Amino acid sequence: MSNAVSALNGKVAAGDVTVAEMGLQGMISLRGSFDAEDFVATITHLVGVDFPDVRQIVSNGERSVAWMSPDELLILCPYDQAVSLTAQIAEALAEQHFLVANVSDARALFSVTGPFAAEVLAKVAPVDFSASAFAVGEVRRTRLAQVAGAVWKEQDGSLRVVCFRSVAHYTFDLLATSAKAGPVGVL
Amino acid sequence: MSTRLQNAGRLIDRSKPVEFSFNGKRLRGYQGDTLASALLANDQMMIGRSFKYHRPRGVVASGAEEPNGLVNMGQGGYFEPNQRVTTQEVFDGLTATSQNHWPSLEFDIGAVNQLFARFLPAGFYYKMFIHPRPFWKHVYEPFIRQSAGLGKVPQERDADTYEHFYHFCDVLVVGGGIAGLAAALKAAKSGKSVTLIEQTADWGGRAVVDGVQIDGQSAADWVAATLATLGKMANVTIRSRTMAAGVYDHGYVLAYERLTDHISDKSGVRHRLWRIRAGHVVAATGAIERPLSFAGNDIPGVLLAAAVRDYVVNFGVSVGDRTVVVTNNDDAYRTALALKEAGLAVPAIIDVRPSGAGPIGQVAERAGIRVLKGKAIAKVKGKTRVTGVQVCLQAGEGSVLEEIACDCVAMSGGWSPVVHLWSHCGGKLTWDDDQAMFRPDAARGPTGADGKVFVTAVGSANGHLGTAAILRDAGLDATTNEVAEAAIEPVWMMPQGAGPKLRMKAWLDYQNDVKVSDVQLAAREGYESVEHTKRYTTLGMATDQGKLSNINGLAILSQALDAPIPAVGTTTFRPPYTPISMGAIGGAARDAIFQPLRRTPMHDLHEANGVDWEPVGHWRRGYAYPRAGEKVHDAVNREILNVRENVGLLDASTLGKIIVKGPDAGRFLDMLYTNLMSTLPVGKCRYGLMCTENGFLSDDGVVVRLADDTWLCHTTTGGADRIHGWMEDWLQTEWYDWQVYTANVTEQYAQVVVAGPKARQLLQSFGGDLDLSKDAFPFMTYVEGKLGEFDARIYRISFSGELSYEVAVPASQGAAFWQALLANGQAFGVMPYGTEAMHIMRAEKGFIMIGDETDGTVIPQDLNLGWAISKKKADYLGKRAQERSHMTDPKRWKLVGLETLDGSVIPDGSHAPAAGTNANGQRNTQGRVTSTYYSPTLKRGIAMALVLNGLDRMGQEIEFQNDKGGLIKARIVDPVFYDKDGAKQNV
Repeated sequence: MSNAVSALNGKVAAGDVTVAEMGLQGMISLRGSFDAEDFVATITHLVGVDFPDVRQIVSNGERSVAWMSPDELLILCPYDQAVSLTAQIAEALAEQHFLVANVSDARALFSVTGPFAAEVLAKVAPVDFSASAFAVGEVRRTRLAQVAGAVWKEQDGSLRVVCFRSVAHYTFDLLATSAKAGPVGVL
Repeated sequence: MSTRLQNAGRLIDRSKPVEFSFNGKRLRGYQGDTLASALLANDQMMIGRSFKYHRPRGVVASGAEEPNGLVNMGQGGYFEPNQRVTTQEVFDGLTATSQNHWPSLEFDIGAVNQLFARFLPAGFYYKMFIHPRPFWKHVYEPFIRQSAGLGKVPQERDADTYEHFYHFCDVLVVGGGIAGLAAALKAAKSGKSVTLIEQTADWGGRAVVDGVQIDGQSAADWVAATLATLGKMANVTIRSRTMAAGVYDHGYVLAYERLTDHISDKSGVRHRLWRIRAGHVVAATGAIERPLSFAGNDIPGVLLAAAVRDYVVNFGVSVGDRTVVVTNNDDAYRTALALKEAGLAVPAIIDVRPSGAGPIGQVAERAGIRVLKGKAIAKVKGKTRVTGVQVCLQAGEGSVLEEIACDCVAMSGGWSPVVHLWSHCGGKLTWDDDQAMFRPDAARGPTGADGKVFVTAVGSANGHLGTAAILRDAGLDATTNEVAEAAIEPVWMMPQGAGPKLRMKAWLDYQNDVKVSDVQLAAREGYESVEHTKRYTTLGMATDQGKLSNINGLAILSQALDAPIPAVGTTTFRPPYTPISMGAIGGAARDAIFQPLRRTPMHDLHEANGVDWEPVGHWRRGYAYPRAGEKVHDAVNREILNVRENVGLLDASTLGKIIVKGPDAGRFLDMLYTNLMSTLPVGKCRYGLMCTENGFLSDDGVVVRLADDTWLCHTTTGGADRIHGWMEDWLQTEWYDWQVYTANVTEQYAQVVVAGPKARQLLQSFGGDLDLSKDAFPFMTYVEGKLGEFDARIYRISFSGELSYEVAVPASQGAAFWQALLANGQAFGVMPYGTEAMHIMRAEKGFIMIGDETDGTVIPQDLNLGWAISKKKADYLGKRAQERSHMTDPKRWKLVGLETLDGSVIPDGSHAPAAGTNANGQRNTQGRVTSTYYSPTLKRGIAMALVLNGLDRMGQEIEFQNDKGGLIKARIVDPVFYDKDGAKQNV
């Protein structure tokens, strides 16, 4: 694994709002029937995180589980745990119809931190980022200008942004441009 | 002359003078001035020339409705034409130049056009320039282009930046007049999230200028207090200099915020386009005063009455010393009184109404103003500015009763509610006979998804002109100091019996030079629809979109057609309300973020290696890797020969990779692919074709069976997202009860093709736990494990005809893996190769390429791919279509190979001519080249082509067009040019 490098290798655009690529991040895509017997219990047990409600992300330590669609979850874990956790999930759900895939290398993860972080995102994503509509723990799959992405809010108010690895440069430049242009003064 | 007054000017800050230039002249204004008020303060009455006749033009309005005052703004990267002087605020260092004249504003050659005005009537262009036909392209059009057009095209790239902003609110209130403020306060108090926007820098609208009183407070104080209250509420967002440009379905509103247009410091974002989702839209957009149609109403110095009042009250600017007011309603009397109060002369109020005004008429007369009742203006005197007016009877034909010397005419033909936002999404209007206006019909508003009206017009936008009525409409009961007003008398032509000479000088549309006579001519020529008349005469088609002219124009049309005004109706109101910048529409999308560029994990390494890029979708793929001094074509040939002799590397990371898993996955893939995938053993690879429902070949690729219930489908680069969507489409809408999940894992892997006789040796040099020997790892299988320190899945498949492996490693390891391949490969003569080498090598092997051999009209059978179509399956997507008579027609062109007799290369897309002509008189054809290359392996031109009866013509000669109008002889051959037995890939 010493060869593994994230898409932008931790690139940072510092400013009033700082945009930083967060390096390697374990991500597992899981599709299955949440209603299936033991599905929720199995995932909760294996990942060690409570099962998320619709459009929520729940965290415990280094791991999180995000609700992505009625039959899809995104599991976050340290990069070097992704392969084994994927295998564990596959084994535990073997009796069910499901699909689990390690997508850690297919993605890039960014933090957007600073006083008007929400406005930096509101310039590029058609999402209501006001505090009442987009609370801590809310996750949204959306678009970031011209590419697909997902966004959630951390406890400290900073935002996390996920996009596909091939457009990591674009997304970084987009967020950095948006941050550099300054606040709107609404959110 | 127009000048700055000693006192007055509530919006200007006399302690902050600014310097700006107009046509190179250095002029002074004050902070708070619009460019219009500052120009008038400097006696710059004439600002531009009209579009068609190049008539002198001065400002006629004081706001967004201004048709004349358009200038070129800024310089260099900040240059922008057609900026409206009435909405542009002055700042220190502003530069502006006038438009649409040559050689100068004062002396303009194009003005000669007006001498021929009687020969340039409505529809002139259509009538004049149609014959002889070739003249349009070569004579008329270039000449018209030269003389037409407003402003100049910017020559440099835009130095400003722009952005978008997504915003959400329960209620969006558009308009910061008293109606908007009252409506916003009411909504805010109910706890809703409210956004209030105002297009100007100033709040309160007309009420403040006109000095009305609200609950004993001056309007100015009421506005300030209300604004302060709103400002303290957490659920309220307030923006000035922000115009609602358009209302769209589902409560979507575009608003245009201008951030730096009014200041010298241009460093920040210039315009912000707000993309708003509003639960409800309140259009408190006010009303626009209408001009009156009398001869000479376009001469500089003739303004709307309320605009004259605005310039005095807001900016302390008098348009003239002696102003004649001409009106059909009481409101214009306020202008006369405001001028009097400012110490200016008002020689007369000309009121078309025989009984004159209500109580305000007596106030005017008490103030010593002469009021001429039942009278009209026959004609305005003056050329580049007003020198006087001729007075006549409104009921007559224009016989002059007297002449009054003046340098300004303030006209008012009544008020038209700004119904644009109400109308954008389908809100209907009703004609109010008493007030002579179209107003929103509350019963027929624009409806949303729930069937409920989602736009409410309030205040004067809803047809209320009195202060108390406006506030009541916005939800506030207040006492005011209003007095009763006499009714308006609709006047569409002045005088009502004006003859042809006067009508030819009575302007409706100032910017496009449309006169009363033009609309009447259109009616005589049979134009009945207002939409047709608009286009024929260009009425309302200028950049102001007819804000002043539309109602007057359609009233003239209705008179000419002898039809009531509501029967004629209005033209369609379309966004934007006033023009918005192209920059705002583009937002931040320019330079690096103009469009996403997709990069493989090895992108930077290729770049450092001097790659010649090829765009493939949003990806960049290496076309070739030329060395220093090497031509691209030579590099391609070198790369091919090296793969054939040693070993080459291709970055194939962009190929689509989709996991398909589930109990019904095999059945699902059997429907998607033309051949059987359910029977593929675990660990094996199989090439497959996908067709559309219409039978046409859509995508191809190698399918790998990873486990009993899991397949990995490779797609073309361009097919990755499309085929994944195609799969989900079928799973979600047609076969929703099949148990199949898909996952697009294209970007999880960096994938490298290692091809060439020494490919195995190169991979073996990595070490690791994989047995790569021929027997342990045969053709069309895959292995998974450690390749050196890399986590690899290796597919033994070949698109080049050589011994070949496709190695997938996690994308994060891709760059390191590529570097290791180059380092370890030194001993084996490794070279990277690009997409062109890949294309040529597959053509040498006779492999088809989606997009070359296919174009959406080609079925697999055309390409002799019958071997990849299962005869056993009951069904697959495209099967039924491929059984239709046209698809089984033996005359369908078939894929063959071509070898040119002289070894040259046939041009791409070349056709093979056949005898005779088709129904369109075009030469018949019997074949078409789909791929064509110089083959460095065979050292000659090779091609693939679709040819009539191609398979029956093996060995025969056929002629294709070359690119010089001649023909190239070629021999029809098997498309597999290289290693037909597959011995090389099977070692």
